[in-house]
Amino acid sequence: MSQERKIKVIIAKPGLDGHDRGAKLLARILAEAGMEVVYTGLRQTPEMIVETALQEDADVVGLSSLSGVHNYFFPRVVELLREKGLNDVLVIGGGIIPSDDVEFLKKSGVAEIFGPGTPTYEIVEYIKTHCRKR
Amino acid sequence: MFSKEKLESIANSKNQWEEKILNPTISKAPERKRVFTTISGTPVERLYTPLDISNFDYERDLGYPGAYPFTRGVQPTMYRGRYWTMRQYAGFGSAVETNRRFKYLLEQGQTGLSVAFDLPTQSGYDSDHPLAVGEVGKVGVAIDSIEDMKVLLDGIPLDQVTTSMTINAPATILLAMYLAIAEEQGVSFDKVGGTVQNDILKEYTVRGQYIFPPEPSMRLTVDLIEYCFKYVPRWNSISISGYHIREAGSTAAQEVAFTIADGIAYVQSCIDRGLHVDKFGPRLSFFFNAFTNVFEEVAKFRAARRCWARIMKERFGAKDPRSMMMRYHVQTGGVTLTAQQPLNNIIRVALQAFAAAVGGCQSLHTNSYDEALCLPTEQSVTVALRTQQIIAEESGATDTIDPFAGSYYVEAMTNKIEEEVERYLKKIDELGGTLKAIEQGFIQKEIQESAYRFQKEIESGERVYVGVNKYIMDEPPPTNLLKVDMEVGRREAEKVKALRASRDQKRWKEALDKLREVTISGENVMPAVIEAVKAKATVGEICDLWREVFGEYRPEAFI
Repeated sequence: MSQERKIKVIIAKPGLDGHDRGAKLLARILAEAGMEVVYTGLRQTPEMIVETALQEDADVVGLSSLSGVHNYFFPRVVELLREKGLNDVLVIGGGIIPSDDVEFLKKSGVAEIFGPGTPTYEIVEYIKTHCRKR
Repeated sequence: MFSKEKLESIANSKNQWEEKILNPTISKAPERKRVFTTISGTPVERLYTPLDISNFDYERDLGYPGAYPFTRGVQPTMYRGRYWTMRQYAGFGSAVETNRRFKYLLEQGQTGLSVAFDLPTQSGYDSDHPLAVGEVGKVGVAIDSIEDMKVLLDGIPLDQVTTSMTINAPATILLAMYLAIAEEQGVSFDKVGGTVQNDILKEYTVRGQYIFPPEPSMRLTVDLIEYCFKYVPRWNSISISGYHIREAGSTAAQEVAFTIADGIAYVQSCIDRGLHVDKFGPRLSFFFNAFTNVFEEVAKFRAARRCWARIMKERFGAKDPRSMMMRYHVQTGGVTLTAQQPLNNIIRVALQAFAAAVGGCQSLHTNSYDEALCLPTEQSVTVALRTQQIIAEESGATDTIDPFAGSYYVEAMTNKIEEEVERYLKKIDELGGTLKAIEQGFIQKEIQESAYRFQKEIESGERVYVGVNKYIMDEPPPTNLLKVDMEVGRREAEKVKALRASRDQKRWKEALDKLREVTISGENVMPAVIEAVKAKATVGEICDLWREVFGEYRPEAFI
């Protein structure tokens, strides 16, 4: 019997935005919740993020943006993931994201958006409930 | 201040008060919490008395405004002379739109400008670079060339208005453009006033807008400082920034400690270049945050001034009092703003701005209430500016100097923050200095630890955040948000392409060749950068040249 595999999460900062307080905090809290977490660091292109997801065999990709570039970067990451055949990787986002962009992002394949002030345990629960099972 | 006998008597009477009056009350009605702490997690006592500042020496610890150790303020009359400079950080879209916002703010009584650049400009990429896609004009104005700077400053008299520019890795380039435009306006360099942030060290620890490795970056920083004290004497050649350290999650004391540690590294680099501390010292400036706990913030500002004065005098042997003065800008705490019930942020900003004023700032930016949602609209930025005007002109906070001085609480807190700062500075010295402490991730990890503690306090409900973990309401989604569309990026990209095709290619090439030469030889780059921007070299081209010579910084992420 193999041990149950830990949920593997990539936390990524797309674009040139340097605000990574939230990304680092979440990475730590997800790890404490028993997940395996890779934080990419700053200045990631969508290609770099997808490459990391592929190499790490990630179940979840979490994207953080506070510079207003989510409408460009988040759908692009989803698109590239799907091109690589990573159809069941859960993509979630956070940062400063106006509510009228959320619908567009969800239509583009981002599963959920977590705005400022979201308690981190809600994100932990969400991942545990919605992440692919294997 | 108190005699030994008096202190003993107070200790006795305090004991009696506790026994006879306090304890019976507490046994009937316990206090709300067992331990009270500031936002930074520092314990707060029930009552402060002379016993908490028993070693207090007025002349040694406080002195007088405008005199060493500047605890009470850097000018002899403070706001009785003139108010702080009201300076709102602004920039979005193209130079045309930002110029319009600048003029609006000046018409509303703002007294200085503060330029926010977009992330491609801050990271040294032109608007048509692949890494700039989606980012152009988003969090600031897109400036590729001197042509954009000319539009940005159109109709603004640079001999009357001072300008602060939040620019770090490419600071030399943006300052060169500003100076070149001043020259075109007929304003000589010695009449131009303002600030460039030019603080690269905090980019490595908390802000993330670095380009080159630390060593060549420090060289560019010092080149700019040296050039300014020689040719642009009214320019603040660096703004050593704690603001972003606090935003990243630090405590108040860590904010001061890591900012001063960066300051020490810059001063040492200038001295190592052979510059005299009293030549460049007076032009160093600082930049701090202000959170909502007014008392802790006021204590922080006072402690910061006293620490810096002592360091400049004792550690670096400064003789000119102006070198010992910590002059600083304050911005209210962006990270304290909530997306929930955004109008509540007006009150947070008012308290924070009040702390900045009572703490003795030289200039102030008040955040707009909608900034947890988007860039500020004209309406929200007007409220933010009015907040400063109400504090300055209605509250009475500006009528006397350092009004919290002598409060047992504020003095004890000032001492406590100072002690913690000194402990950190000693630790950083032991690690081999600021650069080593950054390389080892010491500063980053300390800040992250504080951010983590704070997050846990919020999530457990131990610390209240109104509208976030208490008094929560269902709200309709916010409307009237300012957005910058992707079209700006396409327009700016076209514009910079057109500029490259139309400029005097010979002059451009010669200017860049000269810049390469001085970059390699180690001469001060500023004159060659000024020539290059006049020859219409772009921010991206100059940074690319430096990327070739210096290499690029590849960070390690510390978690």
